[in-house]
Amino acid sequence: MTTSAQTVLAPARARTAAATATVRRKQGFQHGGWFVAPFLALFVLFVIWPLLRGVYLSLTDANISGEGASFIGLDNYREALHDQLMWDALGHSAYFTLLVVPCITVLAFLLAMLAHHIERGKWLWRLCFFVPFLLPSTVAGNLFQWLFTQGIGMFNHTFGIDTPWLTDKSYAMLAIVIETLWWTVGFSFLLYLAALQGIPDHLYEAAKLDGANAWHRMVHITLPMLRNITGLVVALQVLASLQLFDQAVVMMDFGPGPELSTRSFVQYTLEQGFTSYRVGYASAMSIIFFVIIAVVALARMWLLRNREEGGR
Amino acid sequence: MTTVGTTASTARSVRPRSRRPWTPSQIVLTLLGVAVSAVFVAPIAAALFTSLKSEAEAAEIPPHWLPKVWTAQAWKALWSTGNLTNWFVNSLVVSVCVTTVVLVVSALAGYGFARTEFRGKSVLMGMVMSGLMVSPAVLGVPLFTTVQQMGMVDTYWGMILPQCAPAAMVYILYKFFQGVPRELEEAAFIDGAGRWRVFLTIVVPLARPSLAAVGIFTFIASWNNFLWPYMVTNNPDLMTMPNGIATVMNSYGIQWAQLMAGGLMAGLPLIVVFVFFQRQIVAGVAHTGLAGQ
Repeated sequence: MTTSAQTVLAPARARTAAATATVRRKQGFQHGGWFVAPFLALFVLFVIWPLLRGVYLSLTDANISGEGASFIGLDNYREALHDQLMWDALGHSAYFTLLVVPCITVLAFLLAMLAHHIERGKWLWRLCFFVPFLLPSTVAGNLFQWLFTQGIGMFNHTFGIDTPWLTDKSYAMLAIVIETLWWTVGFSFLLYLAALQGIPDHLYEAAKLDGANAWHRMVHITLPMLRNITGLVVALQVLASLQLFDQAVVMMDFGPGPELSTRSFVQYTLEQGFTSYRVGYASAMSIIFFVIIAVVALARMWLLRNREEGGR
Repeated sequence: MTTVGTTASTARSVRPRSRRPWTPSQIVLTLLGVAVSAVFVAPIAAALFTSLKSEAEAAEIPPHWLPKVWTAQAWKALWSTGNLTNWFVNSLVVSVCVTTVVLVVSALAGYGFARTEFRGKSVLMGMVMSGLMVSPAVLGVPLFTTVQQMGMVDTYWGMILPQCAPAAMVYILYKFFQGVPRELEEAAFIDGAGRWRVFLTIVVPLARPSLAAVGIFTFIASWNNFLWPYMVTNNPDLMTMPNGIATVMNSYGIQWAQLMAGGLMAGLPLIVVFVFFQRQIVAGVAHTGLAGQ
């Protein structure tokens, strides 16, 4: 059936190849723009326009009502660069990222190896490791706020300690890190698991014939084959962690944490905009943050390109 | 000696072709798996048990795992006092609308970018790629003032539409559509089908797994989205589940048993969905992730 269809099609295609190309190009010109139009409309309204508006607002002293804003040049940026609280907030977000990214990458890899190598009940391991990711951030945050509360919290009780997780500056960020690990490791775990399952069997078989033991197979086959996915996991985690907000505010009752120690950059920006009503200043910080995120994303693209050039 | 070595290494190897007998390494791994799973499930189990305690018992020091007296009072109180049903409906409306719009809009755009020609395509594509870096967390305040200008604060539209322009989803589908063999389309063009017909009858059915992945992730992200609804709604009647639980329930002064019950209510729908569609979701994560690679 398939063969006959192909033999019938082949000459037809040869005959009209040129005609098809013209038709295709014409069709494309007619409709191409329409395919993209609905998305572009939304994209311009809710991404590009806010971005441009953010740039404009950042040069004014606008308040939340949007009336009576006057142009003040780069004053907001100048103020921001001298705002110790902003640098602190940026530091907290960066510190959180530095703690979370390596932990989550290693943990996700180990969990994936475990789930991949146990022969029975794969669905059960997948379910258990992934299920926290399905909870809303606020639910996971409330849950760990409760677990970490001194006295009534299960965490201290289980380990027989009495650590002031949420009220002491030296532990608060650590509590948020532990919560984030539990809550989000499942996503990276699934990525690793899929990548592990994508490694062709014959590589291992060949290595075994050559007498490689399990450790050698992991170092020389598994890890190199997982390089791409590790790059992806790290990149996604860095971008997500820099945008820390939900779990931190929920665990700290919408406050900045003990001695302001958990106030993230996003939180500080939103406080400036919605609590102090300084929309201009908050916009300037948003733009600064956008630049930081863009630099990180471009750095990744640059690294990827270099690696491809070096690898091939 | 050689035989022993070979069996051991086969047992350690991964791919289960048939049911293998319990080997020592499998027993150790399985026990480890059970232990780690217990750690992951413990917080949720603790939440469940706490939601079945009375408020007084939930606040007892030191805490204990199982309720001494099992009671559903927290769950009942949730139904009678909270706006929980409202929030649930709101979450459902918002997530379903966002998912539908995102699927339609990003499938069209992904295909348009991958397979059609029009003026300014590469510039627009570059713009979309830069959109990967923008989120309500990054541009919250300017996005809010934009939505405010449009008069959409405290409306469904204000919650839904800004979630409907995800550059990432367009990118994933763009990658997929690039991989669809052109011959399939050309054959249909020869038969006289137009662009739209080819798109709807040939390309979309082929893309079903990718679309499922995009749909599932959009739904999860939208159901769990806290930041944007938090910024754009103040009206308790309009809040979504995560938002209502975090702001309204906490502001009463925390009642842990009720809070845990509410949290489980918010989390349960997705957990049930996951249990039923586990295969598709796992394939979806793999698919989306590998596309981004």
